[in-house]
Amino acid sequence: MLRYLIEKEFKQTFRNAFIPKLILVFPFMVLLVFPWAADQEIKNINVTVIDRDHSTLSKRLSEKIGASTYFNLAGYADSNDEGTAILEDGKSDMLLDIQPGFEKNLMNGDEAGVMISANAVNIMKGGLGSGYMSAIVQDFAGEIRAERIRIFGKTELPLIQVISKGCFNVFLDYKVFMIPALIVILMTLLCGFLPALNIVSEKEIGTIEQINVTPVKKFSFILGKLIPYWAIGLFVFTVTLGLAALIYGLIPKGNLLTIYLSVLIYISTVSGLGLVISNYSSTLQQAMFVIFFFMIIFILISGLFTPIASMPQWAQTFTYFNPLRYFIEIMRMTFLKGSGFWDIRQQLAALGICAFVLNGWALISYRKRG
Amino acid sequence: MKNNSQLSILNSQLITKRYGDVQVLKDVSFEVERGEIFGLIGPDGAGKTTLFRILTSLILADSGQATVDGLDVVKDFRELRKRIGYMPGRFSLYQDLSVEENLNFFATVFNTTVEENYYLIRDIYKQIEPFKRRRAGKLSGGMKQKLALSCALIHKPTVLFLDEPTTGVDPVSRKEFWDMLKKLKMEGITIIVSTPYMDEAQLCDRIALIQHGKILSIETPEKIISGFPEKLYQAHSENNYLLLVDLRKSPKVKSAFMSGEYLHVVFNGEADETVPNLKEIAPTIEDCFIYLIEN
Repeated sequence: MLRYLIEKEFKQTFRNAFIPKLILVFPFMVLLVFPWAADQEIKNINVTVIDRDHSTLSKRLSEKIGASTYFNLAGYADSNDEGTAILEDGKSDMLLDIQPGFEKNLMNGDEAGVMISANAVNIMKGGLGSGYMSAIVQDFAGEIRAERIRIFGKTELPLIQVISKGCFNVFLDYKVFMIPALIVILMTLLCGFLPALNIVSEKEIGTIEQINVTPVKKFSFILGKLIPYWAIGLFVFTVTLGLAALIYGLIPKGNLLTIYLSVLIYISTVSGLGLVISNYSSTLQQAMFVIFFFMIIFILISGLFTPIASMPQWAQTFTYFNPLRYFIEIMRMTFLKGSGFWDIRQQLAALGICAFVLNGWALISYRKRG
Repeated sequence: MKNNSQLSILNSQLITKRYGDVQVLKDVSFEVERGEIFGLIGPDGAGKTTLFRILTSLILADSGQATVDGLDVVKDFRELRKRIGYMPGRFSLYQDLSVEENLNFFATVFNTTVEENYYLIRDIYKQIEPFKRRRAGKLSGGMKQKLALSCALIHKPTVLFLDEPTTGVDPVSRKEFWDMLKKLKMEGITIIVSTPYMDEAQLCDRIALIQHGKILSIETPEKIISGFPEKLYQAHSENNYLLLVDLRKSPKVKSAFMSGEYLHVVFNGEADETVPNLKEIAPTIEDCFIYLIEN
């Protein structure tokens, strides 16, 4: 019985004008387009320098900044007002104000003043830009100091240099970080929301009525809906895994078996969520809207873009109820850190609980309304 | 009662259903005999579809009991679903599957094959067979309806429920459809059909007139007609509407209503000979139905 239901579902899916294309296009989009679009590294920040010192060292600092890949030297301004005007016009993103006596103070070992102002309308650009800029100025100061030691052979202050190393993602590659998380979104759509929409459309068209007068059990009917999407989900996951290895050389460091096991648990969680939604919606429009709502909330509090640790406490509490959060953590840990089953046990347990609650809810609400 | 249930294949007792404030069905009781074509005749909103959905185990009644082919529609719904065929008023087959695939699919979910019961649907199916690779959604209205009937019959049900099968179908196809029903009756299938068309009532063995969720009368069409207690006249004039207004004002007239190009009139006592083109006629089911509603 189940076999015929699944057969029918596959026939319909591949006959659909849209879904098979979507299944093909999705992995490519996720791998080829999204990682670049979701890149939050800031490059090409335009800097205007107000040089009030006009010295060799101030010149050297400006050139050092211009030489960095993060900054473009947009030009020079003579006064604070002129600099601010340039910032306001949007011709420049940052101002570097080098105070008079910069060289003299630096050579004497006194405090040398530099002021950085950034256009913070784009918080990301402003914040990161000032961060990078401070780092360059610090580095510059270190260089000067090192030269002085070489020339004068004396050490006045101990020089501490901080070297940071990105563990597990050595080059701090944003794409490597995003791809495992984007796969999560893909699985959520394919295995959670597509079957939900499919069930609701049977309700809307009325075909469910004709099925209900046959001896087909409700359980078989639902399973007949889910299994094809699970199969499609696993297929797409495997393709994505292969493409990520081919295109970016991103090969999961963790055990593939552990990864597939997590995928299976996650799939059962999201399809439970999909079923709950389908039970409460009688039209596609309703279902779509509810899915939109959940999708946006879940993505925003999943740690996909912004780290959960930097959210306010109440928002962090919310993330505990978000299955996406756990699966994104699992994927990043297994892909990048090579975490094993034991390392991700908490996340897996949390997903298991979500799966149990959602599927139980789906079952109860289905009985009530069926 | 025991004897009765041997004869009757469907037994509905005091079925009641309410949606919010609307009483859709009020104490509906009736019996259908094995092998007859039973018509449920009533206007839109009379509760026909709701009654069908209760009898086919799709929804639960608020109170009352019903058995179909000896099976309780609530307790034995699983077994019941194997024995009934239901064709909803709205086309509910898979539009993106072909004619052939729909038929095969419904045969397999009933654990049978198309070949096994092909003799039942042969006359119907051979008319749509030339289009068997066409998607169901692309069929014309009449062909859709033939496919739906084939799918409802493919598991050789003992009782066939047809909810307004001829609504929106052209007169020729309607006639063909009723011819098919007569053939199915020969095969021993009990048919329960609902329709808003009074002319189709004549084609049933027995009919129940239903209005506002209540059954007004259950009889054979002949008995319903012969039970019409008054003399019925037809009349017409250049302006039927004015005539109708005049007739309704007249104290001699008991009831008057339009029926096609004529007015049908029932008088209090003797007929008023001044009415233009007056002629006594035999009542139809429609006349009886309107008479029952008005009185």
